[in-house]
Amino acid sequence: MSETFGRIETEFRAKRDAGHKLLVPYITGGYPGWQDAIRACAAQGADAVEIGIPFSDPVMDGPVIQQASQAALDRGATPQSVLDEVPRLDVEIPLLVMTYYNLVHHDGHRRFAHRLVEAGVSGCILPDLPLEESEPWTRAADHEGVETVMLAAPTAPDDRLPRVAARARGFLYSVGLLGVTGERDELAATATALAGRLKAITEVPVLVGVGVSNAEQAYEATRVADGVIQGASMMRRLIDQGPDAVGEYVAEVRASIDRH
Amino acid sequence: MTDTTPFDTRFDDDSLMSEPDPTGRFGEFGGRFVPETLVPACQQLEAGFREAWSDPEFRDELDTILRDYAGRPSMLTECFRLSEELGVRIFMKREDLNHTGSHKINNVLGQALLAKRMGKQRLVAETGAGQHGVATATAAALMGLDCKVYMGAVDVERQALNVFRMRLLGAEVEAVHSGSKTLKDAVNEAMRDWVATVDGSHYCLGSVMGPHPYPWMVRQFHRVIGDEAREQCRAATGGDPDVVVACVGGGSNAIGIFTGFVDTDARLVGVEPAGGAAVRHGVPGVVHGMRSYLMQDEYGQVEEALSISAGLDYPGVGPEHSWLSSIGRAEYPNVTDDEVVEAFQLLSRTEGIIPALESAHAIAWLSREAHTIQGQTVVVNLSGRGDKDVAQMMDVLGDRGEA
Ligand SMILES: Cc1ncc(COP(=O)(O)O)c(C=O)c1O
Repeated sequence: MSETFGRIETEFRAKRDAGHKLLVPYITGGYPGWQDAIRACAAQGADAVEIGIPFSDPVMDGPVIQQASQAALDRGATPQSVLDEVPRLDVEIPLLVMTYYNLVHHDGHRRFAHRLVEAGVSGCILPDLPLEESEPWTRAADHEGVETVMLAAPTAPDDRLPRVAARARGFLYSVGLLGVTGERDELAATATALAGRLKAITEVPVLVGVGVSNAEQAYEATRVADGVIQGASMMRRLIDQGPDAVGEYVAEVRASIDRH
Repeated sequence: MTDTTPFDTRFDDDSLMSEPDPTGRFGEFGGRFVPETLVPACQQLEAGFREAWSDPEFRDELDTILRDYAGRPSMLTECFRLSEELGVRIFMKREDLNHTGSHKINNVLGQALLAKRMGKQRLVAETGAGQHGVATATAAALMGLDCKVYMGAVDVERQALNVFRMRLLGAEVEAVHSGSKTLKDAVNEAMRDWVATVDGSHYCLGSVMGPHPYPWMVRQFHRVIGDEAREQCRAATGGDPDVVVACVGGGSNAIGIFTGFVDTDARLVGVEPAGGAAVRHGVPGVVHGMRSYLMQDEYGQVEEALSISAGLDYPGVGPEHSWLSSIGRAEYPNVTDDEVVEAFQLLSRTEGIIPALESAHAIAWLSREAHTIQGQTVVVNLSGRGDKDVAQMMDVLGDRGEA
C-alpha cells in the first residue's frame, strides 16, 4: 500500500530529503498584530506556521505565551474568530493550529476538524491529548484530512516512541526538555538526545520544539533534528516590538539553520 | 481475600466505588488527559500506588501515622441542639479535629508516604483555602521532603494565616497571578512545575480530580472517613443514616464519606457553591487531566468559579462525582454564599463548633432542606474547622453590622 501524505508531510518530507532544515514559528492567534506576524514569517522563510488558538488554561505554556493567550482572550478572541482570519492571511505555506483539547471536545471532534479544513488549516497540535486518549480526535481528523502532529516527550520509554511516531501525521514534535514553553539560555541536552532517538525509529520529519530560544540553538537542534518550532522567542518579539521584528528574527533563524 | 487490613474487602470488587476501568474512567468520566511528558509519571504512580496499597506493610505504616499523628479515628458527634432546632437527628463526622484541621491530611499522608516509597524528594501541591497546602507542608516536614505550594494570588490574600503556616512549616509558597488567580490557576501552575520536575517531584494533588490514578488514589486515601463513619453510625443508632451530606469542591471529603454508605440506602448529597456548581451548571469538559463536568463558556473556555470559600472555588468536580450524578446515585444541589454565612453562624451558636466555610455549605443545605426530611437521621461531614476563616468572616459580618 502506498502511503498518501497530507500537505504538510508531503512538503516537509520533500524539503527534508532535499537537505533543507524546517522552521515552524508559533504565533498566538488573536494577539495584536498576529496576522502580520504570520505574513512576515512566511515572507522570511518559515516552512509552516503554528497558530495558537488561545485557551483559558494552557498547561504546556510558560509565562510569555500564557500572557499572549490571556491578552487575546481579553480582546474577545474565540476559536472561530481566529479561524475566520486564516483565509485572509493569504500565505503560501501550510498552517497548523495549536490549542488545548477542551476546545475540540467542546465543539465536537468532527465539527472542529471540519472548521479547520474550511479555514484552510492543514494540521493540528493538541499538547494535552496524549496517545492513549487521542483516538476520537485522530479518527475525526483523519477523516477530514487534518494532519495531527503528535508530541514525543523525553520521559517516554523506548517502547512508547514508535507508537507515538506511528500515529503522527505531518511531522513529529520532539519536546526539547522537561518543562513548558519559554526561552532558555542553553539548548537542553535532552533536545538533541530525544531527536536522535526519534530519527532512529521513524521516517516522519522530526522537529524540536519547547525551549529552542534563538538562532544558534536552532542550528544546534537541527544538527540532529529535521527542524525546529519556536514559540516564546517569536511571541516575545511580537509583544515587545511588533510583527516586523518577528520577520527579522525568522530571517535570522533561517540563515542560521541554512548553514547546514 | 486473606488480607486483614480494614479496607481490602471492598478494594477489588466491581460494585460502585471500585476501581475505575483501565483507562481511569468512571463511566464516561475521568481518563488521563496530560501532556506526553507526564504520561510515564502517571503510569508509574498508578503502578506504585497499586503495589503500595496491596502491601500490608505500607497500609500498616499509614494506619499508624493516621492514628498517632493525625488523630484518627475522628469522632462522630451527635449535635443535640442543632438537631432540635432543625427537627432532624444530626451527626457530625469530625474531620475538623484532625491534625492541621481538615480532612486533607488523610490524603496527604498517604501520598507523601507513597512519594517517599517511590524515591521522590520533593512534593508539589496546589491549594485554594490553604488547607491542602498546610497539610502537604506538614507531611513534607514530617517525612523530610521539600515542598512547594502554588496558590492563587486572590487566595493568598484571603487566607493569609494559612500562607504563614505553610512557610513556618518550611514550604515555599508561590502566588499565582495568571487567569482568575484562584484554585484552577494554582492547579495549572502546579502541573507546569510537575512537567518540568517530574523526575524528582511528586505532584501531591489535593482532591479527587486530575488524571488517573489521582481520583481513584485520593478516594482510597479518604475512604477511611466513610468506613469509620459507617461503623460509628451503626454503633450510635443501630443502623445507617437516611442522608449523608458533604460539601464539594473537587469532592474529596464528599467521596471519602460517600464511600462508606454507597451500598446502603442513604441519600448521598454533595453540596456545591452556587458560583461553582460544576455538576448543576457545567457540561462535560476536559481540563486538569480529566473529563468531568466543568463550568465553561460557549466556546469551551473554562469559567471562573466564585465562592465565599476559597476551597470550593473550582469550576470542575472529580470525575467519580460526575459519574455518581449521571447514574443518579448521588445528588449535587448548591447553596448561596448568604446561606453559607448563616450556616457558619448557626453551627457556631448551637454547637460550639466553628466550621470551615467549605463545611458550612453542607450545613447550609441541611438547614434549608431540613423541613423536607423531618425526623430523619443525617450524617454531615464536617470537613474542616473555621479558624482559617474567622478573619474573613469578621469582615463579612462587620460589613453587615453583625459583628
Ligand atoms: C475544610 C475543607 N473542606 C472541603 C474542601 C474542598 O475540597 P474537597 O471538595 O476535595 O473535599 C477544602 C479545600 O480546601 C477544605 O479546606
